[in-house]
Amino acid sequence: MKTDLLIIGSGGAALSAALEAKRAGIGTLVVSEGYPTRSQTCMAQGGINAALGNVEPDSIEMHIADTIKASGGIASEKMIRKMCENAPETIAWLDHIGMPFSRTEEKKIAQRRLGGASSKRACYAQDYSGLKILHTLYDQTLKEGVDFVNEHFLLDLIVEDHRVCGAYFLDIRTCEVKSIEASAVIIATGGYSALYYGYTTNQHGATGDGIAAALRAGATVANMEFVQFHPTGLKSSGILISESARGAGGRLLNQNLERFVDELKPRDQVSRAIWEQIKVGNEVFLDIRHLGEAYIDEHIPQERRLAITYEGVDPVTDLIPIAPVAHYSMGGIKTDERMMSTIRGLFAVGECASAGVHGANRLGGNSLLEVTAFGRIAGKEAAVYAKERSAHALFEADTKSMQQRIEALFELPLEIDFYEKREKLGKTAYEKGGIERNEKDLEMLYEKVCHLKENLSKMGVFDKGTTYNTNLIERLKFANSLEIAEALLLSALERKESRGAHFRSDYPSASEKYEKETLCRKEERSLRIDFERSVS
Amino acid sequence: MKIVIRRFCRHREPDSIDVEYEIPLKHITLLEALSYIKTKIDPTLTFSSGCRSEICGSCAMRVNGREVLACNYKVREGDTITPLEKMPVLKDLVVDHEKPLQTLKRVKAWLEYPVEKAQSIEEEKRIERQSDCILCASCYSVCPVLEVDGEFLGPFALTRAYRYVSDTRCSQEKEKIDAIQPKGVWDCTLCGECTTVCPQGIDPKNDILMLRTKSVQHGYSDPNFAGGGFDDFGFNPSF
Repeated sequence: MKTDLLIIGSGGAALSAALEAKRAGIGTLVVSEGYPTRSQTCMAQGGINAALGNVEPDSIEMHIADTIKASGGIASEKMIRKMCENAPETIAWLDHIGMPFSRTEEKKIAQRRLGGASSKRACYAQDYSGLKILHTLYDQTLKEGVDFVNEHFLLDLIVEDHRVCGAYFLDIRTCEVKSIEASAVIIATGGYSALYYGYTTNQHGATGDGIAAALRAGATVANMEFVQFHPTGLKSSGILISESARGAGGRLLNQNLERFVDELKPRDQVSRAIWEQIKVGNEVFLDIRHLGEAYIDEHIPQERRLAITYEGVDPVTDLIPIAPVAHYSMGGIKTDERMMSTIRGLFAVGECASAGVHGANRLGGNSLLEVTAFGRIAGKEAAVYAKERSAHALFEADTKSMQQRIEALFELPLEIDFYEKREKLGKTAYEKGGIERNEKDLEMLYEKVCHLKENLSKMGVFDKGTTYNTNLIERLKFANSLEIAEALLLSALERKESRGAHFRSDYPSASEKYEKETLCRKEERSLRIDFERSVS
Repeated sequence: MKIVIRRFCRHREPDSIDVEYEIPLKHITLLEALSYIKTKIDPTLTFSSGCRSEICGSCAMRVNGREVLACNYKVREGDTITPLEKMPVLKDLVVDHEKPLQTLKRVKAWLEYPVEKAQSIEEEKRIERQSDCILCASCYSVCPVLEVDGEFLGPFALTRAYRYVSDTRCSQEKEKIDAIQPKGVWDCTLCGECTTVCPQGIDPKNDILMLRTKSVQHGYSDPNFAGGGFDDFGFNPSF
């Protein structure tokens, strides 16, 4: 198969990119492991930031200042400015293509306050903001005739002379390896919070597959140690209760009904405050009872439903038991202003990318903005690149040896159960390498991950079938998450300070020495970590 | 707790078998039960899942003949789990959604050349529930019309068509109303099964009724009504 532009993933970033690329008139193919509307974008509830000032005075400069403040000094002001300046136009575009935003009495797009914001800045659609953005984008891709290939899992990128030429996929339905050649590739495959298996708001499939493939192909990844823990995951399942609950006035209480933190501080600070409570044996609850049933049903209906289904409590009358859980990975494939990675023709956008806008901590409402605003830019830039590049580079797609690699997995002994290891690693990573870290714990975790990597050859797949073998896909994903874990832990070990979402109890304050991005790339057999000041 | 799962594999004879599993857990969702079986009992069990929180539409399946989302259904002793209907089964509880998704293209469920128009609260409310759809295809699975006519547009596509023709920014109402005539609004029997199974509380039956009204406003009439005489659908009395 051949195309001008190959987009891997099908969430908000991928679909925004696809619409722009299609408009630019180049052949665009979207390949995803599932179906387009099932990506993580649909889970975003709170909203999408833009300084519209529809409800309260606001300005782009305030949006920029809030984002810089939350980022802990290691984001790129230039990229933040690019995103924030782009925001009003992004909202106008979404509105124009049919996004059903909630409205004000003045027929303006309604806005609400999320944590860390100095104004009511997040545009929303009840608490279905991500769902409705994703479906609106999808409907437009159908109108524009964007081509989709569904249920294909990314195996590896094809890179020749540090230039991308396509990618290998596993057709999930047939277990067949396929290559797709392309002049440009956009990775939009999401983040890696599922490393914290059992302690995450994310889908279990959020294993950073695109980032792992880019790392293997020689791309530089950045800021991998920064994982945002959302303060309010439901205690027993990790399912997210949106920040809009706190934005609306929700309080955090311990079992003695004591408040212990300003609920609207940035997520990293609130999560740490909750962690302190948990460490001393306290239980923590979110209280929205005072908002009243009418308000809850109108503005945050999903939160009520989720609390009832997954925690068995009705927020109208009860306290909601919560715990901070892995929610968003700030790190990812390092990209420049055009969203291009360090590999020519390879673009990345959305949670899988590190575009320099989130730094050490992402603000609520900025991720939907990033996927849409930067997704569109990535689509335009990739189209320009693909047009400039004449014929496809000559290369021989080696699907045969890739197929052999897959077949070899079937031959591996079933000595170690990777499902059990996945669960254990998730728990240990949460307890020792999550909200609070220290050198000893990180080293222990790193050794564990290296050990697991060495033992992958003993972790075979039980299901030998070739039709829709999810056992095989999950095994491939587990291997990816180990590569991600290695980059994350090495970065966390090297960053001997505390900043944003990365808190080291052995180095509890920020150090000027590390007011830089953490860069990580593959070198021979190991990973190399460098610190570099981001372009301001 | 024991539950029965219908396992399907096209390379096996017979291709479909019911398998009983014993799960030592209580008060869990069906998705948690399926994950337990896959990771602790039988890794060959195959199902789709995603967000775990009722929003991605991946895990719709049938329990005792009723469509549910596995992630929000609390599984009970003796439940029988089968895949969605009206779509080919790929393996176990995974079905092929490609054909139902095509219906969205047929109804042109999108804004074309949108009109610049600020919506009011009421105007947004009019399409709010319809735009809650997560494309889980539960309504498609339960629809009895699709049992006899696989080309019927089905409930979710018609709901989405209604969502767009009711959008004040829509400039192509006529074109969309045209698109839902063949195998569309008039083929529905108004049984309301779609409405009963929708995990998002959407009412496709009512949306279809509303679309019929709009169709009439655009000059269409119910082709099933013999009293309507000759119409575009070529009613021929000699048949």
